[in-house]
Amino acid sequence: MAVLVKIPTQLRAAAGGSAETEVSGATVAEALNGLYERHGELRERISNEDGSLRRFVNVYLAGEDIRFLEGLQTPVPDGAELTILPAVAGG
Amino acid sequence: MAVSHLQCKECKTQYPLEALYVCEQCFGPLEVAYDHSRSSLDVGELRRRIQGGPQNIWRYADFLPLAGGPPGPSGRLASRVGLPAGCTPLIRADRLAERLGLREVWVKNDAANPTHSFKDRVVSVAVTRARELGFETIACASTGNLANSVAAHGAALGMDSYVFIPANLEEQKILATGIYGTKLVGVNGGYDDVNRLCTELSAERDWAFVNINLRPYYAEGSKTLAFEIAEQLGWELPDRCVVPVASGSLFTKIARGFEEWSELGLIEGESFPRMNGAQAEGCSPVASAYADGRDVCRPVKPDTIAKSLAIGNPADGPYALDLARRTGGGVDAVSDEEIRAGIKLLAETTGVFTETAGGVTTAVLAKLAARGDIDPDERVVLVITGDGLKTLDAVRDSFETYKIDPSVEAFERTVPEAVTV
Repeated sequence: MAVLVKIPTQLRAAAGGSAETEVSGATVAEALNGLYERHGELRERISNEDGSLRRFVNVYLAGEDIRFLEGLQTPVPDGAELTILPAVAGG
Repeated sequence: MAVSHLQCKECKTQYPLEALYVCEQCFGPLEVAYDHSRSSLDVGELRRRIQGGPQNIWRYADFLPLAGGPPGPSGRLASRVGLPAGCTPLIRADRLAERLGLREVWVKNDAANPTHSFKDRVVSVAVTRARELGFETIACASTGNLANSVAAHGAALGMDSYVFIPANLEEQKILATGIYGTKLVGVNGGYDDVNRLCTELSAERDWAFVNINLRPYYAEGSKTLAFEIAEQLGWELPDRCVVPVASGSLFTKIARGFEEWSELGLIEGESFPRMNGAQAEGCSPVASAYADGRDVCRPVKPDTIAKSLAIGNPADGPYALDLARRTGGGVDAVSDEEIRAGIKLLAETTGVFTETAGGVTTAVLAKLAARGDIDPDERVVLVITGDGLKTLDAVRDSFETYKIDPSVEAFERTVPEAVTV
């Protein structure tokens, strides 16, 4: 499955300057692994050692927070868009 | 000025004082760090300087993240440029205390700000810093109160502004934003959708999103609520503070303000207030995590009349939980019905009409009192963050209006008189 991953500005330096990259994977976890294989430095920025997402990292599948779906195990359809964003407080 | 650098709250990596908000190493939030070692350690002199300052938040400029000090050319008149916030009343609420079986309750009425909510504090600081950094356009993602404030500050300072809100916001908040001539954008979705959109946009536009890329500066503005409470209580801290929690930023920054002044010796006494957070049941990710003993908040889809607190994905949630536990406070949630009753209780006993968020806070105070969590001798401060005129639907049909013809006979026939002399 081809998945487009959108990379936030804060991580672009660690991703060779790319704003987005296409990877393959059937789930969010597989897609993220694809991303880490391409840009190794991103793994420790985004993930904890056990593979879970860091506390202040939010991942959205087609605009929906994956925590409302099946988390990292959420299936990703072909051509889907994954967005990685920092958690920001607001109000 | 004592402001020193930005620092990651998690891994402590340091950054320059620019429009940055996320740590590139660990994605943790950035905070402003200060070096007060060169400030005067003469407490008396520091207090006199504060008391001699302007009647707004710029009297606390030593503790705010501005490179150039208070805004304007020079002197005390200058600190009145723009839309200065703060110096709102701290009211002793004996009738409310009596109703709740408590002895000493104070209401910090932050509805008495230029756009009728505490957001003017944070926006004043963020916008002033944005100008220092050379931005010409300000923007925000908002649940309503922030929208009012950003639009008004843009007008006062002659800056362009873009305000993004959930399209289904209360009419009063939409009207009280658009009137200032901002570019108002209603987004189909909830606040968390608006926030995500604006986080993406902030990377693409050279704008100062006050609560995104200017967030470290913005959040510091909330400390001024703590400074005012302490100053108004005669350089003392309350025993307990009840504060509404949406993202958790206000709650944690009020405590930070108390801590900063305690560390500098500006405050008498040793004990630290118990910090109680207040949420609506329809959006209570922090209260749920507190009740379950978790230190991470599970995001929720909000469904509550307290729209200004409807943040389902609270970024400062972990810090809010830590604060509540560390100070012996807590985080509680109340139903929409209790929120309406809270608005009424505050209005009937203090003459302060608050919006739904204040109903949440008042209802949580009532809940704590009813549960016996508050020692009657405690000095309690209730932080009221916004004006009831912003959420009129919440009180519609909550009382009866007598309709009569203009005659004494009609009046006497229709209106029961409580006291006949």
